[in-house]
Amino acid sequence: MKDNNAFLKGMRDGLPIGLGYFAVSFSLGIIAKKGGLSPLLGFFSSLFTRASAGEYAAYSLIAVGASFWELFIISVITNARYLLMNCALTQKFDSKTNMFTRLLVGACCTDEIFGISIAWPGKLKPKYTFGATVVAAPMWALGTALGIIAGSALPIRYVSALSVALYGMFLAIIIPPAKRDKAVTAAVIAGFLFSYLFSILPLLKEISSGTRTIILTIAISAVISLIKPVKVEEEVAENE
Amino acid sequence: MSDSLRLCIYLCIMILTTNGVRILPLTLIRKPIKNRFIRSFLYYVPYVTLAVMTFPAIMEATQSPIAGLLALIAGILAAFFGLGLLPVSIICCVVVFICETFIK
Repeated sequence: MKDNNAFLKGMRDGLPIGLGYFAVSFSLGIIAKKGGLSPLLGFFSSLFTRASAGEYAAYSLIAVGASFWELFIISVITNARYLLMNCALTQKFDSKTNMFTRLLVGACCTDEIFGISIAWPGKLKPKYTFGATVVAAPMWALGTALGIIAGSALPIRYVSALSVALYGMFLAIIIPPAKRDKAVTAAVIAGFLFSYLFSILPLLKEISSGTRTIILTIAISAVISLIKPVKVEEEVAENE
Repeated sequence: MSDSLRLCIYLCIMILTTNGVRILPLTLIRKPIKNRFIRSFLYYVPYVTLAVMTFPAIMEATQSPIAGLLALIAGILAAFFGLGLLPVSIICCVVVFICETFIK
């Protein structure tokens, strides 16, 4: 297939992804607003970041005036899955692909863009990934900006309803693998349970939500990795 | 430090860290990771992080905690039966909207 066709196909596959992004990033904008972002800052920070869980955590931390270090650590933790995904991606390139193109493809990869890129038959055409990104990323950024603008103009009941859109997306990401893999089921249940305990128990509830996320993610993931290490090929297929 | 400068530093940290994490494997790691523990750890991390961030936060995001809890249950069921990102999100929103019409 010619590269131009790959770009166009990428744009076509990027459209449904962008529509899904739009609804979710709108609710992200409501949170970004609490962090004091203007619509313009929301647009560009979202355009250049494109990470649902990561941005959600970052804007929440900004809203409570967290330290720069906390923001850095939580950004690494909430985006750690990209380390693994993009490790898989390194195997997908044609050996002739230059380093600059590789890095650009890597930076484009969100969960969904990674999913369609790794599913491309044979060696990856970088232009396919770029095509999907040029359609989906602006919709993600626009949703954030509109969330910041309209979030404050909407009646409180609408904001309340929209603010759970992001959690709905998180559930849609974690529940299907949990259905297939009992170890992931255990990971999710442990996450819910300990997060809840940390929010109500004396002393533990004094820990900030960002630090709580870091501690629990590392502890629970490490324990489950020791109990049930993944088989060699498993994790690459699971992330598609 | 002025608030706007502080905000810009926050956003730069977010942008640089997120994209740094994305491109790091492509620069440093040319071969797949062999260590089984690290592979397993990286495999579980996204699910645990998202679970921890979802609950109980979903109950604090809504006006009525019960509406948030019902949205959580509806979202889990919808995702369990195979609905995608957008439908699950919309179902959660609708559940909260309907609940808060009746509760309060």
